[in-house]
Amino acid sequence: MKETIIPIGPFHPLLEEPELFTLKVDGDTVIDVDVRIGWNHRGIEKLSQGLTWDQVPFLIERICGICSTSHPYACVLAMEEICDIEAPPRAQYIRPVVAELERIHSHLLWLGLAGHFIGYNTVFMWAWKYRELTLDSLEQLTGNRNHYAMFKAGGVRRDFSQKAMDFTMKAMDETEKATKMFLGAVLDDPVMHKRLKGVGVLTYEDAIQYSAVGPTSRPSGVDHDARRDDPFDAYGISHDKGVWKAIVLQDGDVFAKAACRILEILESIKIIRWCIENIPDGEIDAGVKEIPAGEGCGHYEAPRGEVFHYMRSDGSNFPIRHKVRAPTYNNLPTYKATCPGAHIADVALITASIDPCYCCTERVGVVDKLGTKHILTQDDLTKLSVKKTNEIRRKLGKTTYDPYAKMI
Amino acid sequence: MSLGLSGLKKSIWVYHVACSPCNNCDIEILDLLTPRFDVERFGIVLVGSVRHADALLVTGMVNRQVKPRLQELYLQAAKPCVVFAIGSCAVSGNFFRRSYNMAGPVDRAIKEVDPNAIIVYVPGCPPKPEAMISGVVKAIGFLDNLKAKK
Ligand code: SF4
Repeated sequence: MKETIIPIGPFHPLLEEPELFTLKVDGDTVIDVDVRIGWNHRGIEKLSQGLTWDQVPFLIERICGICSTSHPYACVLAMEEICDIEAPPRAQYIRPVVAELERIHSHLLWLGLAGHFIGYNTVFMWAWKYRELTLDSLEQLTGNRNHYAMFKAGGVRRDFSQKAMDFTMKAMDETEKATKMFLGAVLDDPVMHKRLKGVGVLTYEDAIQYSAVGPTSRPSGVDHDARRDDPFDAYGISHDKGVWKAIVLQDGDVFAKAACRILEILESIKIIRWCIENIPDGEIDAGVKEIPAGEGCGHYEAPRGEVFHYMRSDGSNFPIRHKVRAPTYNNLPTYKATCPGAHIADVALITASIDPCYCCTERVGVVDKLGTKHILTQDDLTKLSVKKTNEIRRKLGKTTYDPYAKMI
Repeated sequence: MSLGLSGLKKSIWVYHVACSPCNNCDIEILDLLTPRFDVERFGIVLVGSVRHADALLVTGMVNRQVKPRLQELYLQAAKPCVVFAIGSCAVSGNFFRRSYNMAGPVDRAIKEVDPNAIIVYVPGCPPKPEAMISGVVKAIGFLDNLKAKK
């Protein structure tokens, strides 16, 4: 059988950490895929072991700019487990608000990029426009658009002002309206159905076998959400009161993954509203002075899935071991199940559907058996994808639209 | 050179080089292109090839794997070329300056291959999009001075 190997990446990434995909293709169909990670190695675990307990959350939020609440959240939960304390009630309500706002901006970001990859640049611009509202709320509440520096062992660093909370409530109304519009505009579009349905299906068995987490596994029917299954802070109470639920879908294809993310935005809005309405008064910091010897772990449902932190203390100023496991690490191997059998034009979408760093697909070299090399860039891959959308559109009798026609 | 310089400051085409960032600087750069900031108004366009670029937007710390590639990219860009070190990681190394995988901040890596490189620093973690725009404006002012001297 004639086989072609396409390496994708590792440099130059557009958005997230670089990775190297090697696709084996036969004609236009993908046979196998290999993923190599580790290009963005900064030695964070080692650095963390040289910082004091108070400094660690600042470093940890710089693991990822999009999950810059999820990592510190899991990390301070681990520290609190070592000390065996809980944050004061007000802090327990402040934390989920920041974390859910982050989920909204992360999902909108993904939605925009996914739209860009299939040639719907309008979705890209819209999603990022409404994402600004969330960033404004975060700026009002925490003082920064990204990297909020809110978390510390035993509480939060800053209190919410009433004005900022009112602003957030208003921003959430707008975001809800926009999300509902996306739900209608994106998910009822026949072109989207043709383009996304049945593409890159991850079955329930595969999701379990590859230990997929978060919005990669929930659309495949895996009913798992760290916020609900191991409740902490205000998540437990709000879930018991029926404020929100984990979104579980059954199809496992890219369409289900997109739907799951959009529906999760609506759930996040409910959590934020409930927390702001019911926020109690009082202290925001339990005043942890030292961390005793011991070990603890914390997990949190990040926008991409469950993030896990393990910390060990010997009673000194520094952690002596800090282990981080991010969700993309679990989700990447699912490519083995979803990519084979797909068209190259769909690979862009399938790899994007787990919300990893798809963006390393900037440089692609195609090596066929004879050893000649063609270089495909990210643009070429996107163009392939746009072409496919247009073909579907033509078949459905719609006018074509090529965002690249003007640019060239 | 002066013709090149005046051409350069009309409509800056930028190429985005992510070394080992945390993505935040990168997202803020993408943010510049979307409706709120929309830098295409000023003719600033993100391009897909370094050969077309007038400026490199470099984010993140430079680790050992990235360093030779970053230098190679700089050498491939058409000169004159302005390098923007975006974010504290690129400017100074931020938290990661003590990392065992750190291979020097962006300016040091670039100056190894071209001691006369023009480097613009935009500190912040991440810098606000407004700060990035202001960095570009300052760079244009700097190029004007350079041209006047010539
Ligand atoms: S400067 Fe800050 S925001 Fe930018 S890449 Fe570094 S850690 Fe991330």
